[in-house]
Amino acid sequence: MEEKSHIPIITGSEALIRSLINEGVDTIFGYPGGAAIPIFDALYDHKNEIKHILVRHEQGAVHAAEGYARASKKVGVVLVTSGPGATNTITGITDAMMDSIPLVVITGQVASSLLGTDAFQEADVIGITQPITKWAYQVRRAEDIAWAVSRAFYIAANGRPGPVVLDIAKDAQNNKTPYTYQKTTFIRSYQPTPDIDEESIKKAAELINQAKKPFALVGHGVILGNAENELKEFLEKGDIPFASTVLGLSAIPSSHPLNQGMLGMHGNIGPNMKTNECDVLIAIGMRFDDRVTGNPQTYAKQAKIIHFDIDPAEIDKNIKVDVKVIGDVKETLPQVARLLKENSHKDWIEEFKPYKEQEYERVIKDELHPESGEIKMGEVINKVSEATGNDAICVTDVGQNQMMGARYFKFSRPRSLVTSGGLGTMGFGLPAGIGAKYGAPDRTVCVFVGDGGFQMTIQELGTIMEYGVDVKIILLNNNYLGMVRQWQELFYDERYSETHMKNPDFVKIAEAYGIKGRKVTQREELDDAISEMLNHKGPYLLEVKVETKGMVYPMIPAGGNITNILLGEKNGKGS
Amino acid sequence: MQEKTLYTITIFSENKVGVLNQIATIFTRRQLNIETLSVSPSAIKGIHKFTITTFAESEEVMKKLVNQIDKRVDILKAYYNTNDDLVHQEIALYKIETEKLLATTQVEDLVRKHNALILDINEHSTVIQKTGHYEDTQALFDELSESIGVLQFVRSGRIAITKSRVERLSDMLEKLEEKEEKIKNNHS
Repeated sequence: MEEKSHIPIITGSEALIRSLINEGVDTIFGYPGGAAIPIFDALYDHKNEIKHILVRHEQGAVHAAEGYARASKKVGVVLVTSGPGATNTITGITDAMMDSIPLVVITGQVASSLLGTDAFQEADVIGITQPITKWAYQVRRAEDIAWAVSRAFYIAANGRPGPVVLDIAKDAQNNKTPYTYQKTTFIRSYQPTPDIDEESIKKAAELINQAKKPFALVGHGVILGNAENELKEFLEKGDIPFASTVLGLSAIPSSHPLNQGMLGMHGNIGPNMKTNECDVLIAIGMRFDDRVTGNPQTYAKQAKIIHFDIDPAEIDKNIKVDVKVIGDVKETLPQVARLLKENSHKDWIEEFKPYKEQEYERVIKDELHPESGEIKMGEVINKVSEATGNDAICVTDVGQNQMMGARYFKFSRPRSLVTSGGLGTMGFGLPAGIGAKYGAPDRTVCVFVGDGGFQMTIQELGTIMEYGVDVKIILLNNNYLGMVRQWQELFYDERYSETHMKNPDFVKIAEAYGIKGRKVTQREELDDAISEMLNHKGPYLLEVKVETKGMVYPMIPAGGNITNILLGEKNGKGS
Repeated sequence: MQEKTLYTITIFSENKVGVLNQIATIFTRRQLNIETLSVSPSAIKGIHKFTITTFAESEEVMKKLVNQIDKRVDILKAYYNTNDDLVHQEIALYKIETEKLLATTQVEDLVRKHNALILDINEHSTVIQKTGHYEDTQALFDELSESIGVLQFVRSGRIAITKSRVERLSDMLEKLEEKEEKIKNNHS
């Protein structure tokens, strides 16, 4: 077929790459393989427009894309081959689904004539990924590629974001097709942003205006909706103290006077206590996860609850609410704020203070400023945070390092915490850090990992080496799977089943990858090592030998409530 | 065990490959058994209608289930009803031996009593059809199998129509088209 008018006839692979460029994609994380070779071949001609980061394992590609999306506000893009390439992305895709991260994951697939024959490297990728994606679609014809990409980006980024899988058969990659690109602006069966019910706006404002003790819970939805300023104005006008879920952290600076810290299992005492004392609880872009609520039967029973969310399916899912404000918080928050009285809740806000003092005395002081003994995890995180002027992106893995990072890293601007919230994926940190650096190249990226999680995706040191990705890796090494060890100590009679780990020489490993490394075992060396790390141009591994028996406190045991809170040893275990 | 209520879930979806799979996994995750399932093209071209029945302990469970289904990109609309809100029907086919049909008037009596039809007769077997609620089709089955025996039996999934006035799909689609028009104009 000859070119008709101005419509080019190109291969499906070329159409795919041009479609990505049309969507503004400039970075892809991927790994080639048999059923994706035509796509990688097309990519070869577009090196100047699209940077491809060759990871060392497909799981790393997805986590990197997640880190990229979180740091940059853009859709993260992953390109892998069929079969094992695709199945290796499952953990990352599930992680993105749980945390509403916009991703487009492109998987090669065997030729359409071979589908269903158990062909070499064939896997039922759509069947596997449907429950863990916002949308999963198999493309079998070259002429459908542009349409599918356009739809994929629209779905991934709009409404409550999430991962999308495009599974592209090899013949669709190779066959020729006329190419035109049209951005999707509407899908009949999917309304990403529900219409706002004015009545709900009025009801919410009325309740808040009448409240004597209002308390707001800030979730990831605020950051995903880029509604940080709208939130700030809303909270300030109503003089409403607030706390964040783990993923809501950094929406508003840590130092903001209304900021009471973090909610949930390892959150601050004050906000958890006040959740059960406030008269109006205002949940904003959060989903009452069990790690936030503990036992839902005893959660905020005294309060009228208002729930702001873009996803109607979240309303009344975990906690029954009195007023639902369905819609994009970027629109609903200002609409409610307009109806709010300029208020002052000085006495109420004052009530958080004794808990802050109690927590400082009982937990924080010793964690951040110990005078003797082994190095503490919180101490390291606090020092790194301060050394960056509290302005870096904090990426964490999962476990104690994550909870310590969430508790003690301080944030001065949005999108500064990149962590695996809902799925709790060990191995997330290192690749997510790589992605975060590509997503926000001007910012310092500090990756906190434990010795367990580090070794789950340690091969990504290869990626860091190859591209010289400037991430500062802080390895908090206690030679234990620390969070599980903590549970074993507290709830399993100190039976440390399979949580001790014999570890390699991590600094030597870093060196083998050409990455500068240093191991610190003494408190006196810590400041110097941190400043060396931050002043070093390029990637750096700082291994800190931390207290073996470190514990994350406070802790509200799973399924418990604030009355079950554990603060550590001073009153004996469990009080 | 807690008394469970039978709910009927109606779903309109785009006619795309894999929609049933998406719906089924949502039931599976919530440990809900699909009792009956009926899928067919709706009156509107390109849109499929699913009618699914399931037992659940509370309406809360249904609300959450339907919200999760409704949320999927390829689903246009999902809602649930109890039997009181619905006119519903199933169809059952029964195969019996023609010899036994001819031997006595038993079958004729049952066909009359149950308001059933005879669809096909050949020298070996006869096929009877009965439409009705589950209990009705079951009653005929029980009586037939006790008297002369049933060679084969099959019952369809439920189909249902709501009694009250719910928003018609065509009205919903019209509104969506207006919305699309507006969005397209804003973009151009």
